[in-house]
This record gives sequence, structure tokens and C-alpha cells, in this order.
Amino acid sequence: MNLTLKVWRQKNAQDQGSFATYQVRDISPDMSFLEMMDVLNEQLIAQGVESVVFDHDCREGICGMCSMFINGEAHGPDRGVTTCQLHMRKFNDGDTITIEPWRAQAFPVVRDLMVDRSAFDRIIQAGGYVSVNTMGNLPDANATPIEKHDADAAFDAATCIGCGACVATCKNASAMLFVSAKVSQFALLPQGQVEAADRVRNMVHQMDLEGFGNCTNTGACEVECPKGISIENIARMNREYLKASITA
Amino acid sequence: MASKRGLFGSSLARKYWMALTGLFLITFLVVHLLGNLAIVFGTGEDFNAYAAFMTSFPPIKIVSYLLYASIVLHAADGIALARQNRAARPVAYGTYNGAANAGWASRNMALLGIFTLLFILVHMKSFWFEMHFGTLGLDANGNKDLFTITTAAFEQVWYTAFYVIAMVALGFHLWHGFQSAFQTMGWTHPTYTPIVQFVGRAFAVVVCGAFALIPLYVLISPNV
Repeated sequence: MNLTLKVWRQKNAQDQGSFATYQVRDISPDMSFLEMMDVLNEQLIAQGVESVVFDHDCREGICGMCSMFINGEAHGPDRGVTTCQLHMRKFNDGDTITIEPWRAQAFPVVRDLMVDRSAFDRIIQAGGYVSVNTMGNLPDANATPIEKHDADAAFDAATCIGCGACVATCKNASAMLFVSAKVSQFALLPQGQVEAADRVRNMVHQMDLEGFGNCTNTGACEVECPKGISIENIARMNREYLKASITA
Repeated sequence: MASKRGLFGSSLARKYWMALTGLFLITFLVVHLLGNLAIVFGTGEDFNAYAAFMTSFPPIKIVSYLLYASIVLHAADGIALARQNRAARPVAYGTYNGAANAGWASRNMALLGIFTLLFILVHMKSFWFEMHFGTLGLDANGNKDLFTITTAAFEQVWYTAFYVIAMVALGFHLWHGFQSAFQTMGWTHPTYTPIVQFVGRAFAVVVCGAFALIPLYVLISPNV
């Protein structure tokens, strides 16, 4: 496959940035999108041009590091996958592909396609945990009965890899799907009840401080989420926050 | 850090107020439509009697102030939220395929809402203002003759066209807004949410469609 790539180039957070157009040739349809980017970068290095900076780590679809807004969609046109699991067979020979970084006030561009997602870390630090003391004799994990449905829903929420596709795709750059998944994984379990009210209030407060947008319930986030996190989690967080605001 | 965490100020709190005022405004549409049906199915006197009742019956007067407040709160809150949303993405995407993952109405709620607000202002100037502060004649029963200025307005093609377009905009606003309000309040359920969604969409089509048909009926019918 021969492709034309329109890639966002930006030196740093202060730089205005602009698109650069590159040609890549003989791309295999079996390559992942990141492998295609590797080909581009080797080509650029050979030409003496600065390579394109992008985030990646495991390349197995589980770490949440790779990002990229491809042809107007987070992680490209495929569903339920991260960019590393997007394959070039989803594109056609001769296509022009537009590649941009996640765009959000709360995700400043570090360089080219790499953005700073530490806003998510600060939201987790605000309450996305349970305070436990692991010293001494621990109770048996199975001693606390948990309904199967709740256990499954909590696990589904916990599969969120924090990649930021929900923010990137949301027309408001809202982080509601991420935050609600991280609230839900505890709200559904008995271990999460003790700190439930403070957790949801502090995490939502931090989300607002970071400058994410508000939720318009368009549902775009759950469509683009590589882990299939449902907006039912957002409804649950709305319930949790309302309950916490009234009672606390 | 204690501020902005209650039922005022936070992003979620703003959304709760949007949902609650929106749902309240939806209930008013039903009452308003029932009155408008008098234009088609009743006499001019019936319509004037309805208008007189709506402006004089004390419980309705009290609710009307709640209604005005809801319109102002819903609009002001909506504009504030839309401004925050724009600020949350200061640099726009070069290519953004919004249609790939979300419906048109849900992506244009602010635009549809602002157009609906514009309609409400024109609409209140045309009828509400005239009813309360204008100099209307009296009908056979001694009620203010709102019917005559209403039908006169609807006889004008441009007024009816604006009215119909506004009802289409409101219809799209409700197509998404009805179920969205339930989602925002956290009132979701695997069984009932699809029903809420269906009812909301049916409501948007039937109620806004009925509102739009009345001025068209007046415009086309030679008897009114």
C-alpha cells in the first residue's frame, strides 16, 4: 500500500504546530498502525528529518499509552481497539490519512502526537483508590460475598486503561467516562463503600479543576472506547455524586 | 478545596439543574399544546377562555413564575456549560468525524437551544406580551381576544415558517434531551431506559409536530 500521511508536527506546548505531509510506500496491510509509523520514522531519519514523536508501550492493546486521532476518530476507524491494534488493512491503497494528537485543554501537547495525560493521574490521586492497610493477617478475599452481576460490572469498569480516547473523541473534551469508570469499580463493591461519598466528590472536583468539559450524553465516548466502557458508568457516577452531595 | 463540591457550581450540579429544568419545561409543553388545540377543534371564544384561565387562575400564575425562572436558568446554565465546553478544547481538530459515533441532535444541543430561546423571545413578544400588557379587544364573552391576533400572525407566511422551523429545532432538542435528562440524573435501568428513550422520541415528534401543524392549519384553512 502507498499512503499519503498528514501528520501534526509541533515542537512543544508553546509552539503553534502545523500539518506536514509525507508519503510512505510498500506498507503491508498486516502492519499495525504503529508499525506503519515506525516505517515513516525510519524514512524520516534516513532523510535527516526529525522523526515524529508518538506515545506507545506494550503494543498489545492493554497499556493505554498509544493515542492518535486518525481521520477524525480516536484510535482510528476500527472499534474496540487501541492504535497499536489498528491494522493497515482498514485503509485502502492511495488513501490520505490525517493523524493528530488528542486535543484537550487538559491534555497539553508535549511534542507532535504525544500529549501529557497526567491530569488523569491527579484525578486518581484525588480519590480513585481504597485506603487499606496491608500489614497483619488479611481476611480471605472470598469471605466477602459479592453478587456476580456487581462483580462483573465492577470488573468491566476496571478494564479502563486510561488512554484518554473518551476525552479525545468527546465534542466537549469531557473526562466523564474515565472518571465514572474509576468511580464505578469501587462503588459496586463493598470495599468501596466506606469512602464512597468523598471519593466521587473529590474526583469530580479534580476533573473540573483540570479543565475538562461537561457531559452532553452524546455517547461518542463509549463508541470509541477501546475497552467498551459503557456510559451506564456515567449514570452511576451521576447517582453517586447526587447521593453524596445531598447526604454529605 | 471545599468549594464547588455541592449541588451548585460543579459540572455535575450544573447538569442536574439542566435536566430538572428541562423536564419541567417539557411538562409545560403538554399544557400549552392542549390550549392550542382549541384553535383547531374549538371556537375563538374557547381559545380566549383558555388564555384568560391561564393568566388568572392563581395556582397557574404561581407555576408560571417557576416556568419563567426555569427558562432563564436552563438557558443561562446551558450557555455557561457550552462556554466551558468550548474552552475545554482550545485547538480544534483538523479532521473531526463527529457523525461516526454520535447523533446529530446530541452534538448540536446548544445551537438548537439557542434557536429555541430566540423563538421563545419572539413568541412571548407576539402573544404573551400582548396578552399581559397590550391593548386587545374583547370577545363576545368579555375575554381578551387573543385568538384574533394569533390567527392574524399565523396568516403571515414568514411567521408560520419561523414557527414551524422552531418546532423542528425544538423537536431535535427533545429527541436527545428527554432521555439525556434521565441519564444525567442517573435514572437509568436496563429495562426502563429503552422505554424512556422511545417515549422521549415519540414525545418530540408528536408534540412538536402538533405544535407545528396548528399555524399551518390556520395558514391553509380558509375558515380560520
